[in-house]
Parts: sequence; C-alpha cells; structure tokens
Amino acid sequence: MAKIATAGNKGEAVRSDCYLALELTDSGGLEIELQSKVSTLYGNDIRELLHKSLKYFGISNARMQVEDSGALPFVLMARLEAAVKELLETDLELLPEMLSQNSYSSTKDRYRRTRMYLPGNTPKLMINAGIHSPDGIILDLEDSVAQNKKKEARYLVRNALRALDFYGAERMVRINQIPSGLADLDFIVPHYVNLILVPKCESPAQVEQVNDRINSIRKVRKIDYPIYLMPIIESALGVINAYEIATAADNVVALAVGLEDFTADIGTQRTNEGRESYLARCQIVLAARAAGKQPIDSVFSDVNDMEALEKVVQESKALGFDGMGCIHPRQIKVIHDNFAPDEEEIKKAQKIVAAFHEAQEKGLGVVSLGSKMIDPPVVKRAQHILQMAKTGGNGK
Amino acid sequence: MKKADKFVKNAAGRIVPTIVNGREVIPFKGINKYRPEHRGAAPRVPTCIDYPEDGNKIVDSLKEALIRSGVKDGMTISTHHHYRDGDYIANVIFDIVAELGLKDLRWVPSAAFPCHQPIIKHLESGVVNHIEGSLNGPLGDFCSRGKMRGLGYLRSHGGRFRAISDGELHIDIAVMAASAADMMGNANGVLGKHPFGPMAFTKADVRYADRTIVVTDTLLDFPCYPWEIMGNDVDYVVVVDEIGDPQKIVSGTTKITQSPDRLLIAEYCAKFVEAAGILKDGMNFQAGAGGTSLAFVYFIQQMMLEKGFKARSMVGGSTKFLVEMMEKGLTDYIFDGQAFGLEAISSLRDNPKHIPIGVFESYDFHAKGNLTRMMDVIVLGSTEVDINFNANCVSHSDGRMLHGIGGFQNCMLAKCTIIAVPSFRDRIPVIRDEVTTLVAPGELVDVIVTERGIAINPRRKDLIAATLNSGLPIRDIRDLKKEVDRICGIPAQPRLSDEAVAVVEWIDGTILDTLKKVEE
Repeated sequence: MAKIATAGNKGEAVRSDCYLALELTDSGGLEIELQSKVSTLYGNDIRELLHKSLKYFGISNARMQVEDSGALPFVLMARLEAAVKELLETDLELLPEMLSQNSYSSTKDRYRRTRMYLPGNTPKLMINAGIHSPDGIILDLEDSVAQNKKKEARYLVRNALRALDFYGAERMVRINQIPSGLADLDFIVPHYVNLILVPKCESPAQVEQVNDRINSIRKVRKIDYPIYLMPIIESALGVINAYEIATAADNVVALAVGLEDFTADIGTQRTNEGRESYLARCQIVLAARAAGKQPIDSVFSDVNDMEALEKVVQESKALGFDGMGCIHPRQIKVIHDNFAPDEEEIKKAQKIVAAFHEAQEKGLGVVSLGSKMIDPPVVKRAQHILQMAKTGGNGK
Repeated sequence: MKKADKFVKNAAGRIVPTIVNGREVIPFKGINKYRPEHRGAAPRVPTCIDYPEDGNKIVDSLKEALIRSGVKDGMTISTHHHYRDGDYIANVIFDIVAELGLKDLRWVPSAAFPCHQPIIKHLESGVVNHIEGSLNGPLGDFCSRGKMRGLGYLRSHGGRFRAISDGELHIDIAVMAASAADMMGNANGVLGKHPFGPMAFTKADVRYADRTIVVTDTLLDFPCYPWEIMGNDVDYVVVVDEIGDPQKIVSGTTKITQSPDRLLIAEYCAKFVEAAGILKDGMNFQAGAGGTSLAFVYFIQQMMLEKGFKARSMVGGSTKFLVEMMEKGLTDYIFDGQAFGLEAISSLRDNPKHIPIGVFESYDFHAKGNLTRMMDVIVLGSTEVDINFNANCVSHSDGRMLHGIGGFQNCMLAKCTIIAVPSFRDRIPVIRDEVTTLVAPGELVDVIVTERGIAINPRRKDLIAATLNSGLPIRDIRDLKKEVDRICGIPAQPRLSDEAVAVVEWIDGTILDTLKKVEE
C-alpha cells in the first residue's frame, strides 16, 4: 500500500489550522477532498491553493484529504509542504510571499524587556501575537513542540516569519538544542529572523557552531542583515561558563536564564521566592554585564497570578536584569510597567543627561555632576532610562 | 399566499418585500423618517364577574388552560425568554397544540434558543406556520434553509413591544412562565424554586393579549408579591413540576473573557470611553453579559476607582459584576431587564436600588423617551460590520441566521454606541465591504473597536477630535479592512438564492432588510 503522509492538527480545540493526509497515486489526477469551516467564503481559494501547490512540487496524481479549521494560506502551505516532503525528496520550497513590513533589522541594544514564547506548531496563537506589543516574539521550535511534530513545525515557523505581521516586534526563533537545532537554522536564517535563542547552552563552542551554520547559509543565500543570538543558560555547567558564552561572539547580544530546566539540573524545584536560583541569576547578570550584553530573566509560568508576577519582575529588575520571558500576552504590560524606571531613577537620569549636554556645549571632555565625575557608560544608561520612561510601559 | 411579495428598494438600498405573510408592510424610510400617527392597540375588555369570586384561576393543566383560552388554527401564541436556553414551556405548548390537531399557528417568543429545537418538527408538519421574534441556533438555521412555511420576522426587543402596542402584532394567547405565582395569577421571577430575575419581556404580552396564562412551578399563598405580573391581567394559572432551568440562563455569558485578544478589545473600549470624555462622574451606561462586555466593565471599574467616579446608573442584563460594583458604591442604581446568575437575582429581590425594568422603559420607540437614549455609552458585539459602519448581528458571513437580534437595534439610540468585535474570527472577516444582513444602519454606529485598532464613524467629528491625541490606535475603517483582507484573503460571496426567508424590521416598524435562502 502506498504511504500516506499527514501533517497539521485536528480536533475540537484546534482553530486556524488544518489536518492534511496525502497519498501519491499513479493515475487519476489530483483528488482533493476538502472539509472546511470556511468553505462558503474560501472553499474555492483553498482548493486552488492546494492544487497549485501540488503542481509546484510536480505532483499530478495524488489523493488528499484536508480538514480545515480556518487555516490561513501560509498555514495550509506549510502543512502541505510538510506532507509532500515526507513522500518526496526535493529542494523546492513552497514559500508564501514575504511581507514587506517584515524585512526590518534589529539592533544590539534594543529593548528586550519582554520576549513572548509562541508554540511553533500552533497557528492560532501566532496570528495575533504582534498586536499585544511585546518587545520580541519567539516562534518556538523547542520545548513547546512535540517530538513527532518537530519537522512540520519548521515549515510553519518559516512561513510565519514571512507571512505574519510582527508589528515591529523583534523577530525571534528558539531553535532546538545543539546539535539537532542546527538544521532548524536552514528554515529561519533566510527569512529575516532578527534573533535566535540557543537553548540549554553550555559552552562557547555551541555558539560557534550556530554561527558557522548561519554564516554558511548567509553565503549561499547572500544575506547581509544582522542576526543576533541570545543563548539561554539552563544548567549548572552553563552558569559556570556564562561569561565565556556571553563573549563567544560579537552577535551574542543577550544572555538569558531558563529556570525550569536549571532547577531540575541542580536537583531541586522552582519556587516563587527563587532562593534556589538566586546565585545562578546573579551570576548570569554579572557575566552578561561583564561582557557588555543584556541579562534576561526566565519566564514566570502562572499566567493567572499577576500579583506574583509583579513581585518577580520587581526582583528581577533589582537584581540587574533587563527583561524576562512571557508566555501569555497579559503578562506583557505587567513586565513593561515594572521594568520601567521609577521617579527617582528618572530624576537622576535627567540630571546626568543635562550635565552631559552642558559639558558638550562647553566643549568639556569630562562630564561632572556636582563633585562627581560621570563616565560615558553612566550617561548612556541615563539616556536609556529616559528613553524607557518616555515610551513607558507601552512597549512602543 | 406568498410569504413575501412586491419587493422594492428601501432607503438603505436594500430590496425588501412590501407584503409579508399576507400583511402590508412599509419599507425603511431612513432614520427618524417614519412616524405612525394612528392610535395603538387596545386590549380586549374583560369583566370581573366572568372570573372566580375567590380569585382562584388554577386549572389542571396547560392543555386545559389553552383549550379554555380558545386555542384554534391560525392563532398567535407568545412566550418570553427569561430562562433563555433553559426554557421548558414553549416546547410543551406546541406539543399540546399538535396533539389537539391544530395548524398554522404563529409563535412570537421574545427570543428562541437552541433548546427550542423540538419546535422544528411542528414547523415541518405545519402546526406552526412561522416564528416572529429573535431566532438563533437550529431554528435560525432551519429558517435560513427556506424550510419555514411563513416568512421569518425579526424584531428587536423594543420593536416587539412597539408592534404589540401599536396593533401590528396581535397576541391571542400569552403563556408566561413565572418562578412564583399565587392562585389569582400574581407572579414574579425572583421567588420560588427556579428564580430567573426581572420579567421585562412579559409586559406587552400581559397587557395586550386576549388571554394570559401564567405557568409556575412554585405556587405561593395569596398574595404573591412583588407582582410583576398582576393577577388582574391573568386568565388562568397552571402549576407544573418544572418550568425551566436557571442554570442555562448563564451559559457562557457571565465569565470575563480569558482571550487576550478580546481583553485587548475591551481595554481599548474602556480607554476610548475615557479619552473621549464619556467616562465621568454621574455617567449612565449599559453593559450586558458576554465575555467582552464584562471585561469592558472590569476596565471601566478600575478607571472609576482610580478617578473616584461613580455612575448614576448602569443598565443590565445584570451580572454579579454589576452587583459588586453597586455594592462597592460605584453606581447608584442598576436598571435590569434580564438577570444573569443568582447574585443578580438576589440583588434584584433585596436591593431597592436594583430596579426591574420592562422593554417599554428601556427600548420602546413609541415611549415618551426611553432609557437607552439617555445612556452615555453602550458596548455591543456583532457578527459583521462594514466600511460604512453598518452592522449585522443575526447572520454569519455565509448568510446563515444563527444569532438573535435581541436589543441590538434599540441600543443604537445611545449617545455613543460602540461595537466591539475581533476584526476576523478564525479566517472569517468581520469587517466587510457590505454587511450580509443590515440590522443597524451605519448612521447610528459611532465606534468600531477591534484588536487591530479603533475606527470612529466620520459623522462623529466630536469623538474624532476628542481622541485625536489619545495615543489610541485610531484607524480608518478601510485601512483596517485592508489589513484583514491581507491576512484572510478576499472572501467569496455567500451562496444565496433569490428566495426570501425572513425580514429584519427596524425599530420604527419599517422593513430594513431581507434574509435570503442559503444554498446547500
């Protein structure tokens, strides 16, 4: 019997996705059986898209069953490609059009107060992520994707990078742990990814491996936009090597800590108070700051407890972190608000910046405030605080 | 007899019949362009000596009550929908009528729900000719497929009161479920085994029907007080085991939404209301049940607390959130036409500042003023809106009638009417070039709030000016639509035949739009 390849998801709770089963046949042309929640308005469009896509792969005889729960075209295309590639060896890529507003670059020192994780194989959560204005959106290929869905998720994440409007958020992808995550890079590097999260990072060599792969893709695809890295430290060994990891490459812009795995690694459990990870978090802050990179805190997993989140954010800021992860849009505002500078910080920063301008006007090489000398990094920090105060907790 | 005949184009540009179910009707003439000047309906004149001296009007069964009320072919029977999807009575009425071998009846519920699916068999067999009222779920679907013998007739809550009171809609027999009643027919919805709250949707029926039957599952000793229905208006009282399931009143309507997108929409609504200067001490506003509306109330509450504001009144459907706000001193009064949940019912029963209101007070176009026009802001959901701010709340974009019309049209008279909707659902666009069914003319929709931005009706220059520098994502509706089309793709037109299956009446009694049969 011919092999049947499947891709996608179905079931009661599934929305904005489709499930597709494909079987190549010897004759009979393309038989497409479509069940769709949106058949009245989009049935013909969907058929046409599937038809065209199969032809694109040179398939002219096949049986395909599609259960559609309102999948957008880029999702349908990703599911179809995943199924086709189970059955055929081909280098062809079925790419949705790249949205013009998505081809922006990021900068090393942009805000990374919030990075929002989205499961890489769940379209419904992706579609509106950008409207909640996180600083960064992470399409996750790692822990939130089931083992047997790893392959199809790559197509979906790639297509999302092209077709989803990120509304100005930094475009991030978390790849799988190295070495298996290296192959993920082929699917994301050519599509204007801004930043790649390298999970369970334990050594500078892993950062180098990632960069080697990125650079070889750059050459082939002639890519010149910057791609930054945020290694995530999630083990005792990673903490010990944090500084080496942070300084492993120029494009490492931030160092994040992942506490769920870290606490498991050191043989304990994560608590809201976080005493078990205090030292590790401090060390990440020190390593990142010493390397001139942004220290970024872990996620807070109880999406219903905003009060506890607020406390965690305040502590995170007090420890020296610049941002943290989030797993629900409602966490964004709480995190932005609490990372925002308070009045005293703003006043002090205003004084420093004023002194800086005064020194510049007078042509003085040295900035001083009262009897104190102000170093350039302090001025930069003050400017950063004022900028942050100006944009408030609104993320934009 | 043709269901619908002599079609013309009305002032909204929609093709509508001028004959509906054999009756002549007037096409929509424009907002505030039609004022009937005749005298209204007058009820049948009863005489007290025809009723028992001891006041006891209890009869053995609903069947007996219907027979004594003279039920016969072609009659109109009304029910109310305070039990919403938990109503037990309507189905029983038409089973009895079928058993009696009658046909061609007209059912005029204040709204029908999925629990009324059993009535489909009576529509198929011809016992019931057609339904006039707010249709949704399986009955709406049945009607959309062109299977109803007569033409469906969608009237707003206010429009129903108007139609009854001005003689357009005559009710032969009103069957009114009450959670408590006495032998004389004094009745209410707050006492008894299965209380449901105020009895807003019974008022026109009881006043104008030829016969009124009160059905209860809790018979109290005389007098049953408060008497929202007065025994003096009642012909028969029937006691049954159970009249309805109050648990089903609340399904899905009384929890704040957890959807981040809907929360964002609700937050935008609240911020808009604040930025536009509508949020003020002493304001009046309506916020019903439903996840997004409740979230709106939640955000408004936070703002009122911060600013030290207190509302003068809030209009329900009341929920425990409104009750909590009154208890916290955030409003002086709650006006209430429908209670959602036990907290709301107890508050209505025990707190004199929680006032039950009827449809006449809140919505009626022929009242000498009404509460809705006094509301500073009302937030509503809808199935579709279009680039001219027209709104639809009864049919989906594929043309199928699946939602009740409710008080949607009546709410358009508020000082600021906000429609809060996602810009698309799954892949189905909510912002269209033209709504599939016109339920509210764009002249009256002031603001459309979506997760991707806020569109203000160009007619409301005041709101545009007030929110100019608010920092809110105020956008052109066409720009929003363009973005939605880019995401979802341009949708095909729904497959509709030329055959009319229902009409939508505007609040003044004129015909606003026609629903067409959906091709299978």
